[in-house]
Amino acid sequence: MALTSLKEKIDEAVKQQLRLVDAVVGSTGFPIVPDQKTGDPQWIDVRELPLRYMLSLGGARKFFEGLAGGKLQATRCRACGTVYFPPQVDCPRCRVSDVEWVDVGEEGELVTWTVINVKPLTFSHHGDYVVGIVRMPIGVNVLAWISVGDPSGLRPGQRVRLVVGRREPEGYVTYWFEVPH
Amino acid sequence: MMDRAETMRRVAVIGVGHSTFGVRGDVTLQELAWEAIAEALKDAGLTQKDIEVSVVGVVGTREYELMPAVPVNDYAGLTHVGPIRVEAACATGLAALTTAHNYVASGMADIALAVGVEKMTEVDTATSLAVGGRAGNYLWEFHFVGTTMPAQYALYASAHMARFGTTEEHMALVAVKNHRHAARNPKAHFQYEVTVEEVLGSRPVAWPIKLLDSSPISDGAAAAVLASEDAVRRLGVDVPVWVSGIGYSSETPNMVRRPHYVGLEATVRAAAMAYKRAGISPTDVEVAEVHDAFTIAEIMAYEDLGFVEKGMGGKFVAEGQSDLGGKVSVNVSGGLKGKGHPLAATGLSMVYEIVKQLREERERGRQAPLKRYVGLAHNVAGIGHQAYVVVLRR
Ligand SMILES: CC(C)(COP(=O)(O)OP(=O)(O)OC[C@H]1O[C@@H](n2cnc3c(N)ncnc32)[C@H](O)[C@@H]1OP(=O)(O)O)[C@@H](O)C(=O)NCCC(=O)NCCS
Ligand SMILES: [Zn+2]
Repeated sequence: MALTSLKEKIDEAVKQQLRLVDAVVGSTGFPIVPDQKTGDPQWIDVRELPLRYMLSLGGARKFFEGLAGGKLQATRCRACGTVYFPPQVDCPRCRVSDVEWVDVGEEGELVTWTVINVKPLTFSHHGDYVVGIVRMPIGVNVLAWISVGDPSGLRPGQRVRLVVGRREPEGYVTYWFEVPH
Repeated sequence: MMDRAETMRRVAVIGVGHSTFGVRGDVTLQELAWEAIAEALKDAGLTQKDIEVSVVGVVGTREYELMPAVPVNDYAGLTHVGPIRVEAACATGLAALTTAHNYVASGMADIALAVGVEKMTEVDTATSLAVGGRAGNYLWEFHFVGTTMPAQYALYASAHMARFGTTEEHMALVAVKNHRHAARNPKAHFQYEVTVEEVLGSRPVAWPIKLLDSSPISDGAAAAVLASEDAVRRLGVDVPVWVSGIGYSSETPNMVRRPHYVGLEATVRAAAMAYKRAGISPTDVEVAEVHDAFTIAEIMAYEDLGFVEKGMGGKFVAEGQSDLGGKVSVNVSGGLKGKGHPLAATGLSMVYEIVKQLREERERGRQAPLKRYVGLAHNVAGIGHQAYVVVLRR
């Protein structure tokens, strides 16, 4: 499922609702439906507001170049040595904007995790996913999915391995962790 | 840092109002706010012409009206005295109270009104989860990882369990206690009690958080009228409840940059500031409304507010120390869990409850026993992105 088919799936659900609204407008003259539980009248908003933002990458553009090459990178301030993840190119600590890009490392220790069962709409095509925070050797934490069959065996301090790759079905390059056997 | 609090005027809460919380498809946002404002004005014995500035707290985004403050203010007949709009996510209520307080304390106004209102059910749950999940650090958390508010708290719950042996039963006890109070609060979203077994058996939302560990998606409003000491005297207010200390703080929105996942540093700092300004210690607090967006949040709040030492929150609730009449009576309104959590209304709903408690006006077995008459409200944005703590005294 690429981005277009994901969108089609969401649109189809919306269309089904709108067909109902059309039927109600046809018979009553208003897009007003009773609340399913209380019966209180609700006007269905027919002026949909599609919000699709553009995110300027700013200083993080280099991060995605690194990711394309299979590397997960943080920034380090050349003046004071502070390491930033997520990466940022300005150091508010010493007010200098001179950073170098550094690898976060390949293996880290699991700090905490959860399993997301109730999902936002744009993640609803995924099964339940495990999200964890992992401490990396250069001293930063990374938040990412943990690819694991049965999460009940996870333990704090457990070693997990970073993977950079394409996550299907969206198909764009991202990062997650695997539990080594 | 010089503390200028002493140079400010004393401020009292002289009127409070509260709508019924719940799924309120029967009213508009404006009507909902009016329920709270009308009650607060009546409680204070005032009318709109007495109000010199109105502060409207609303988070928005889930409402079809994208600039809700002005229509809310206008509907309530306050058109010419504001609104000052305030937003601090789930902590908007106490941020609005703080703003109104500062108008009066500074002498810019003698009488101010703060209202918090939210109608979260104008969008569906999946959209609501997305709005909450997007907050704070969008690209690196929501976009890549799909985290939600319940999931963020779940990361803390999971760490707290691993580090201190806190259990899912401890968390369930928070829900049982707060539903018990909600069932006795006619304005609460949920009017029923739950058992430990029901909580443990409820459907998973983000492990270890289950449906009955979660606050619901609610509609509601709450309001407070604040007055200077001069105004209190002039109006002959019977039982003014004094704002005796306000504390606020924030924490990095980057989950990965937090020093640990077993407590909210913003709460610790806000509480220290509030206690210092009020000249009290945590053991003086007799009745508290704390931000139990999820049951683990109440357990961490006991610790971060200093009611018990770090790691002992689970034991604290299991021993009944946070029950009505325990060491501190916590969330006797039903809390966010049982009473509901209409974001911007929540902080002012806490103030409503504490004021009623300190005036000893509570109904149906919900009045906390008081000796020192010291109450506290604790309102958190996101997962400790911001925190406000307010000490109230009679
Ligand atoms: C937990 C949550 C996902 C459940 O939402 P949902 O799956 O859409 O549930 P629904 O609204 O469909 O409700 C289904 C039933 O469960 C009940 N219910 C919903 N949430 C509930 C809750 N938190 N506690 C108890 N019962 C709840 C409803 O009353 C309804 O009961 P009914 O069928 O008897 O009328 C949702 O309440 C939620 O997201 N809560 C957290 C809100 C939040 O993040 N706030 C900000 C925190 S800082
Ligand atoms: Zn620096």
